[in-house]
Amino acid sequence: MGLIQKVFYFHVPAAMAMFVSAIVCGVASALFLFKENRRADRFAVAAAELAALFGVIVLISGPLWARKAWGVWWQWDARLTSTLVMWMIFLAYLLLRRYGGPGSEKLAAGVALFGMANVPFVYWSVNVWRTLHPTTNVVMTLGPGMRGPFWWCVAAFMLLYVLVLAARARLEESRARLEELYLALEE
Amino acid sequence: MIETIRRMAIRVLVVVALAGAVAPLAHAGGRQQPPPQPPAGQSEFVPVSELPEAEQLPAAPLLIAAYAVVWVALLAYVWALWRRLAGVEKEIADVSRRIESGQRRS
Repeated sequence: MGLIQKVFYFHVPAAMAMFVSAIVCGVASALFLFKENRRADRFAVAAAELAALFGVIVLISGPLWARKAWGVWWQWDARLTSTLVMWMIFLAYLLLRRYGGPGSEKLAAGVALFGMANVPFVYWSVNVWRTLHPTTNVVMTLGPGMRGPFWWCVAAFMLLYVLVLAARARLEESRARLEELYLALEE
Repeated sequence: MIETIRRMAIRVLVVVALAGAVAPLAHAGGRQQPPPQPPAGQSEFVPVSELPEAEQLPAAPLLIAAYAVVWVALLAYVWALWRRLAGVEKEIADVSRRIESGQRRS
């Protein structure tokens, strides 16, 4: 495949981070919906934003690789289309939280559960349907020269993800604290 | 008046009938010319790996663009997050001071 193969070392870890973020958002949203856990809701917002961010990275780096490998920027195959749909679901979550008004937190939490349910579909789409996109076997059958750098990149992306998630959740906690202070000031 | 309308209607019908008779002849005449042949590249499938060297895209610009997008997106997000956090923490400090000064006065 040549030089363009190196996109793999960012594209796949970014996709993994996007899946992890979608699952974190879904689990946190479920805790908020069923246990009224406000702290979980703040983590859900943070995770949804990161799912959208890593989705942008995946959806831009992928077509740049595809232009060289397939000769086209985009194909409406199962993996690409389902990834785009999942990214749009988390964009919808963020728009609901931003513009939905009071009470939109629970509706957005429902959207996040739907987004989390999409993760296995997106992951297994390449194995179930005939797609241009490489199958999930690629990672397991990497050559020894590629395995090390790949898993190193995965570890780096996961560490980055955890740190940025913690920072973003801290922003939500700070906003909640600020709201409490404004209420105390009014009293 | 009625006679005028009748004559106009007959003329319109004659024109429509002539147009209907001539159109298939023009279409049949057009069919006699063979359709233009598409270039071989549009009618045959050629895998990207088998394209001639001159038609293959260079990989370096695409790879550089991909890595640049990743770095710019992550750095821009972290910078924006840092700014938002700094703004909220400053506001928390301000409001806390106002609450404390209000409590001291009372």
